[in-house]
Amino acid sequence: MKRNVLIIGGGPAGMEAARRIRDYGHTPILIEKESRLGGHLAKWHKLFPEGESTEELLTSLTADMEGINYFTDTNIVSINKLKNLYVAIFSNGISVQADAILFATGFSMFPAEKKEEYGYGIYNHVITNADLEHFFNTGKDPRIKEPKVIGFVHCVGSRDEKAGNRQCSKVCCATALKQACEMKELYPDATIYCFYMDLRMFGRKYEDLYLNAQRKYGILFVRGRVSEVSEDIDGRLVVKAEDTLVGKPIRITMDLLVLMAGMSPCVENPKIASMTGVHIGEDGFFMPRDLLYRSVESHSKGIFFAGAATGPKTIPETLNEARAAAMAIDHYFKQKA
Amino acid sequence: MIDFGYSLTPSSTIEIDDADMSLFDELCAVEPDAIKCMSCGSCAASCTAGVFTDLNLRKVLLGLQRGCEEDVLPQLKSCMLCGKCHIVCPRGINTRHLILSICKIYNI
Repeated sequence: MKRNVLIIGGGPAGMEAARRIRDYGHTPILIEKESRLGGHLAKWHKLFPEGESTEELLTSLTADMEGINYFTDTNIVSINKLKNLYVAIFSNGISVQADAILFATGFSMFPAEKKEEYGYGIYNHVITNADLEHFFNTGKDPRIKEPKVIGFVHCVGSRDEKAGNRQCSKVCCATALKQACEMKELYPDATIYCFYMDLRMFGRKYEDLYLNAQRKYGILFVRGRVSEVSEDIDGRLVVKAEDTLVGKPIRITMDLLVLMAGMSPCVENPKIASMTGVHIGEDGFFMPRDLLYRSVESHSKGIFFAGAATGPKTIPETLNEARAAAMAIDHYFKQKA
Repeated sequence: MIDFGYSLTPSSTIEIDDADMSLFDELCAVEPDAIKCMSCGSCAASCTAGVFTDLNLRKVLLGLQRGCEEDVLPQLKSCMLCGKCHIVCPRGINTRHLILSICKIYNI
């Protein structure tokens, strides 16, 4: 018997899961709140560790969408449980009966303006990692004008309890180094600094990225969190931090500061959780049945997770989880039959 | 001048803008590995002279990178070129060669 699987979120997790669920012989129904599929990934230019093209990855993910029903610009209005079924009503007026639901709701970018001391939205030359990717994609950003000194601030809204995110966002260290190298290629004469607390280069080839950033691109590393940014009379940025390895405060004047905004829990998590009874952790991300063995299953029967909905993840981790979730959903149907 | 009974304490802030990096750039040209250091501290921990003096190669390299050569270069006078730091460096930096190049370029 064909079963309907409602997939909430059309980013890499939702798209990959949809195809796999279809391949198992079930009917995926994918909804995405934005006007195109791809999630945050669609806004990126290149990916770490080796500068892989986002466009190519998106092409692979969307190459074979036959048999997948998807709706963009669509939100969930309500989800109700009826015995073994979930009835979901969408904002476009359509309602579906689903035998299982997959939450591939991802994350929300940390709003960098919340860290007021860094001056995002206040000073002219402070941008975020997402803004820089937009610049790589379009070549346009009035805030980037032949910068001679560039800084990257790691952990903006990550490992920061006061900002509401105790967790490490996992992907920013590698992204910062990737972006720093790309900027050095665009502006070979620029001096580029990375302000980090720890460089968490945990994945395969990440350490090579670090070594390349040092040796090939001459990126300079300062261990210390930027404490405050101000603007001088010429509109340049004065950046203060402690160089914790030297044990002294440092001050540098810069032409561009890139804030590595981290991953916050998706802002819609509490709403969705209240409709379905799935658990939310203290950190705001969805809580799976357990973190080791049942990481794609929720506490509610027939509801599953994939990707950054359960915490910050890299692209390959997200894609693998989407496949694992598709398998878990198929297994769940087989047990029910 | 009137003596008010107090004096100004100089700021300890390292002003990167004022740092003259020309000698460091010269060093990197002959010793490109100078910027490979990740400040793990293996060199300082294994240093035979470091336990009796203030010699700390990690701090020397960092000081040069921040334009504070005057503060750190005197440390190198204690180096005996035993090469233990070269053996332990995880980045494979030829530290002995690097120290000799520093001495040559910074004229110590």
